[in-house]
Formats: sequence, structure tokens, C-alpha cells
Amino acid sequence: MESFDFIEIKVPAKPEYVGVIRLTSSGVANRMGFSYEDIEDLKVAISEAVTNTVNHAYEKDEDGEVTIGFGVYENRLEVMVADHGGSFNLDQVKRNIGPYEAAEPIEQLREGGFGLFLIDALMDKVEINSDSGVIVLMTKYLHENGVGLDDDQISTTQ
Amino acid sequence: MNLTVDVQEKEGKSVVLLAGEIDAYTAPKLKEALLSLTEKEGNKVEVNLEQVNYMDSTGLGVFVSGLKSTKENNSELKLVQLQDRVYRLFEITGLIDVIDVDKTVQGGY
Repeated sequence: MESFDFIEIKVPAKPEYVGVIRLTSSGVANRMGFSYEDIEDLKVAISEAVTNTVNHAYEKDEDGEVTIGFGVYENRLEVMVADHGGSFNLDQVKRNIGPYEAAEPIEQLREGGFGLFLIDALMDKVEINSDSGVIVLMTKYLHENGVGLDDDQISTTQ
Repeated sequence: MNLTVDVQEKEGKSVVLLAGEIDAYTAPKLKEALLSLTEKEGNKVEVNLEQVNYMDSTGLGVFVSGLKSTKENNSELKLVQLQDRVYRLFEITGLIDVIDVDKTVQGGY
């Protein structure tokens, strides 16, 4: 079994806590050695997932909580965002993702619902489970884009 | 983790200076301020994002609302001086082709 550190945070499903999760995510990713660009990607992706949960709780007028788990592995960060409130319509969510098309009439442009599209674009792997509540599991690998300087040096001495 | 919204009227247009982060918490305040300007018939609205260091899809949603409002009120919306990270979100989502976004700093180079 691959060893990893696990960090779990639970916050009220309210907009004012999205920034708190973002700061925490940034701290965890920074400790792992992610690049500035990757940390910014992680901040957006994780905020999107938490925001989805917060909006959902808000629509249902629930005092929900959102649980965020960080699995810190040697080569990757796995982030789990779980909404323990009611489940939402996953098919509908999936229908609403995708980039904007320039040809789309402005009246038809959607103002929300593209958070999942951004998560998908910014993370390496995204899985969604909606069996009980909604769990978004997303993964970002360290050194995904190209080989770092240190790695090069190691390979030449081998 | 907050957003300041400062509106200045100059040279016949409304200039909105934003500073801070645009997320689920701060977006409602921005939406209210932005729509109050785009709802003025024929108004030219320029939003300066130079000091916005974080934005996610809630921010994109606000600007889409603003754009829709300009069509209904014959007003104009332009976003200027976006940081690279913020600009990238408009690119990824394809909104760059729909909203008037000018990345370069004022005066241009």
C-alpha cells in the first residue's frame, strides 16, 4: 500500500469559507513543491468544487457542511470534496459543462454551471461519485509538465 | 480574501477598479455594482482587473450577466488589464471570443 499523508478539513457550506479552503490548498500544494502555475490551477479547481457544494446547500436552504480531504502522495495530490447534503442531478451538471462557443447567442450564455469544466481543464484526473451526496475526487501530479532540472541531472548520472 | 469595488466616472465612461479576489463570497457584491452600471442606457463600462489576483467561475458568471445586461440596455462592457492567470480562464472557457477583453495595460505596449 502506497503511503500518504491525509489532511481533512470540514467547514460550513457558506461562501465565506471558500477562501479559507483556497488558502489551505495553497499551503498544502506549496509544501509538496508544486509550481506557482500548478498551485494557481489547484486553487481554482478546488474552489470550484467547494463552490458547487456551497451553492447547492444554499439552494436547498440547508445548513450543510463541506468536507475537503487532501491525500498527499509522493508524486501527486488527491483532493476529495464531499457534500454530505442531498444529491443533485449529475446528468444535468454534465450537460452544462463545456467551453463557450463563439456562435452561441448571448442570451443563451450560461452564467454558472461551468465550474466542473474548469476543474476538468485544470486537473489531471477528475472522478465524480454521486451515490450518497456528491464526491468530487481530483488529482494533480507533481512535475506533470516536462522534466525538472534536478531530474535531468539524476538521469545523466545513472 | 476580499474585493474592493471602486467606481469612477471619467471621460464619458464608468471605470470600475477592482482589487482583491473574485469568488463565491465576493461575486454578489461585484454583480450588484456591475449591473447597476450596465443597466444605464447607453453607458460605457470599463472594468479594470489589474489588482485582481484571483478569480474563478463565479467571476466569469458575473461578467456573463454583465454582458447580457449590455445587450438589453444598449450599453457596453470592456474588461482591461487582466493578470495572466485571470486572462487564462477567459481563454479556457472560450469567453474570450464573446466578451471584450483587453489584456494589455492602459496605454498599451
